[in-house]
Formats: sequence, structure tokens, C-alpha cells
Amino acid sequence: MSGYEARFQVWRGDREGGGLEDFTVEVNDGEVVLDVIHRLQATQVPDLAVRWNCKAGKCGSCSAEINGRPRLMCMTRMSVFARDETVTVTPLRAFPVVRDLVTDVGFNYTKARQVPAFVPPPGLGPGEYRMFQQDVDRPQEFRKCIECFLCQDTCHVVRDHEENKTVFAGPRFLMRIAELDMHPLDAAAETGLDRKRTAQDEHGLGYCNITKCCTEVCPEGIRITDNALIPLKERAVDRKYDPLVWLGSKIRRRSS
Amino acid sequence: MRPIVSTGTEPPAAHPRPARGGVRAPTRAAIAAGHLRTDRWWVPPATTAAGLFAFVVYSTWRAFADADYYAAPYVSPFYSPCLAQRCRPMHAGPNWDLFGGWWGISPAIIILVFPLGFRLTCYYYRKAYYRAFWAAPPACAVAEPHRTYTGEARFPLVLQNLHRYFFYAALLVAGVLTYDTVLAFRDPRYHWGHMGLGTVVFLVNIVLIWAYTLSCHSCRHIVGGRLKHFSQHPVRYRMWQFIGRLNARHMQLAWASLASVALADLYVYLLASGVFDDPRFF
Repeated sequence: MSGYEARFQVWRGDREGGGLEDFTVEVNDGEVVLDVIHRLQATQVPDLAVRWNCKAGKCGSCSAEINGRPRLMCMTRMSVFARDETVTVTPLRAFPVVRDLVTDVGFNYTKARQVPAFVPPPGLGPGEYRMFQQDVDRPQEFRKCIECFLCQDTCHVVRDHEENKTVFAGPRFLMRIAELDMHPLDAAAETGLDRKRTAQDEHGLGYCNITKCCTEVCPEGIRITDNALIPLKERAVDRKYDPLVWLGSKIRRRSS
Repeated sequence: MRPIVSTGTEPPAAHPRPARGGVRAPTRAAIAAGHLRTDRWWVPPATTAAGLFAFVVYSTWRAFADADYYAAPYVSPFYSPCLAQRCRPMHAGPNWDLFGGWWGISPAIIILVFPLGFRLTCYYYRKAYYRAFWAAPPACAVAEPHRTYTGEARFPLVLQNLHRYFFYAALLVAGVLTYDTVLAFRDPRYHWGHMGLGTVVFLVNIVLIWAYTLSCHSCRHIVGGRLKHFSQHPVRYRMWQFIGRLNARHMQLAWASLASVALADLYVYLLASGVFDDPRFF
């Protein structure tokens, strides 16, 4: 196999406007889309704005949409495309564009701040936490998240409805709530913070219609929908919609 | 404003921006197309729509037919348990005259409400029909056509939260269908210890029905998912792990059991309407 000239369409512009521009770029064996974007930057468009960092699928910086699908540019091999195929690269389309392939992902940091942090268990100091592996297996899956925000980008609740950004935290931060609610040492309930209830009431869990796009695009392979969002929905049902669970908890509280 | 650069590679003047919401909102990258996907993204929703539509047409016809649902020793899963007086007598079969003589239409309607509700509120089927019939979204990163969206936060879709109650009902129905499968080990004269091709059809169906029912997300939550400390509940932890392995195949089990229940009914229909006789093994 040898190098070839690939046809690319790259979105260029800013909030004032912009469009797709055509380029022909050299591609060599083993390269990924980010390599080609860098070559484009080095040889043809030195002011092309692109955010990147680790080139290893661990920093979550180079998120973009490649042929319309949210992906990491550094983890998308050129070998998955036919040589005569035009590869289209655009910025994430759920967030405000800054310039070219760079978007303002500040929405996600706003939502991150709205999720109450881990509540340390009373009476235990740093270094004294002890947990069983089977208790932390579930939250550990969610800790693989690299915060590339591809799940936030592809979620139609905010992608197709800008107005929902105020009421919906998005899959990444609902997963964070699930992680904390499943954490064996999180003492939020003892302080009066009911994460199950607030997931529904304050972070918009009810907006999720579990169409699994977040899971489909996750570069870490986290089963966001099956292991975080649906379990969190079931926990919210325990709190808000299941009279038998409500009755059981009342009886248990009275007898204890 | 774009800063002035001296490279001479600045993009051309701004394209006119369509004034709409979603991916075409004013602050987002100005791209007129609702999506730029080049793969055949429409195939999965189209296939799902065709499959579900075919089942709805078939099951509606059979549910309202009120005929050809019993061919000794087999009873159609659409009519079991049969809860009205008008049900055909089935020797030691699932007759339970709960509704009496006033029920004037097909008795299948009474019982089908429960498996139908179970599947309608199932987390997999929700994904399937939201995508296939409601286009919310039609596929990932493909713009949906709706102007507003509130998901399952409001009535009527907030009722999807009743899924666990339909799961409890589905357990009972699966129990009755298990009884029907045991009855299928008789011959047409009700002697025990026999098998025919229908027995195999019923066995496959009941295995798939149980696998689908137990792989349910609500079941996974009830058996152990709701716990915070698995280490204090080792038996429930084991059960949760088992259900979790089944749950990973929930979609495949949903389709396989949907097909098997329709095939089991079709088999009984063909026997009862005299198209062919049940091949007997012993």
C-alpha cells in the first residue's frame, strides 16, 4: 500500500458564517483524520483552527463530525474510508462555533458545576476509604469518560432543541449523577440530597428517550444508556412513580 | 469578527444562514443540511418500522379473529390464558372464566393488553419506535423534524415509567405460557408423554419469552440494580450479573421472542384451520 491523494471537505468559518471548502491532501498508510487535518494546516491552510492534544484518544480534545458522525479525529483511521470517497469534517454541531473546527463547549462545564459533588462519608478521613470491588465496578465504568462531549453533541435533546439546554444536563452529566448515586461511600442521602429525585426534577432525566446515540458514539465504549441512564431512570421511578416502593419505605421507616 | 490574517487562506464570504433552530441555530456552524451522514443510516429505522408494522398487522388480525386458536393439545399464545365464557373449552387448558358471558368480542383482547403494554414500555422498543415511527431522532446526528421536544418528562410519555408493573404482569403471562408448553407434551387425545413439531415450536417460544422477560431493564433493577452495596447481598449480586448478561442481548431477544410468539400462533392457526396435521415424533 502507498500514499494517495484524498479529497476532503472541511468546514471553515465562524459565528458570522462559513461553509465547506474542498481540499486535496496527501494521505499515508496508518494515518488518522487528525494527521490529515494537520497536514492540511501545515501545507495549505495555516490558519485552520483545530483543537487537539494527546493524539491517543485519551484527552477528548479533537472531537468533530466526520462524514456527519460525531467522532474523535485522532481515533478515526483513514483506512475506514474508500480512497475515492470525499471525507467531510465539520465542527460539533450541537455547540456554538468559535472558528473552523473549534466549538465553545462551555455548556458542558456549566452543567458539570450544577451536579453536586461527592459527599464524603462522615467519620472517615482521606486514606481511610475502604470499598469492595463489586461495589465500585459500576461507577468505575463511568470513570473511563474522557469528556470528549461526543455524547452531548449527538444527543438530539439539545442538538435539535437549543431551548432544552437550560433544563437538560445531557448524557455525560446524568451519567455523573448515576456514578455518584451508585458510589458505595457517597453520603449525599445523609445530608438530605436525593440524587435520584434531583436527576428527574433538576437535571432533566425525563427528557432522555433512551435512543442510545450517546452509547453509539462513545469512544470509550461506555454503555451509557444501559448502565447509567436506564438504571438512573429506574431509581427515579422508585422515588417518584412507584407506589409500592414508596409504601415499603414508609413501613420500613416506621418499624425501624 | 474573523481576525485579519496574512496567509491569504481565509474562508470566502459568509454563506447566507438559514434562520431556524437546532443544528441550524444562529450560533452553530452554518451548515444548511440537517445531516452530513454518507452511510445508509435510514436502513435500521426503516427495517424496524417494517418489522413492527408487520407484527402489528398480523397480531391485530389474529387478536380480533376469535377463531382457530386451539388445536389440541396446542393453544395460541395470543389467547392464553382465555378469560371469557366464550372461550373454546380446552381440556385441562388455560380456561379461566373470569369475565363471564358479557364479554362479547375476542377474548384475546383481554390478555394481550399486558404483553402489549410490556413491549410498548420496554426500554428497547421505546428506542426502536421513537426512531422508526416518531423520528426523534431518526438516526444519530440526523436532525429530527419536530419543532419542540419534551421527551418522557410529561403526559402521556411519563407513563412509560409504569414499565415495571407491566413486567410483573408479563411474568404471570409467561408462567401461563409455560403451563401451555407443558400441556404440549400430550397428544391430540390428551395422553401424556408425547411430542410433535408443535411441542418444539412451543418450547423455543417459551425459552425466548422467558429470556426476553428476564432480560428486561426493570427486572435488572429489581433483582439488584437498585442496591448501593452489592457486597452485602451476594445472592442478589449474582442474580444481577446473570440478568445483566441477558440484558446485553435485550434487543436480539426482543425481536426473537416477537417472531417466535407470532410463529407459535401461526402454527396453531394452520393446524386449527386444517392446512396440515401436526407431525408427531412419538
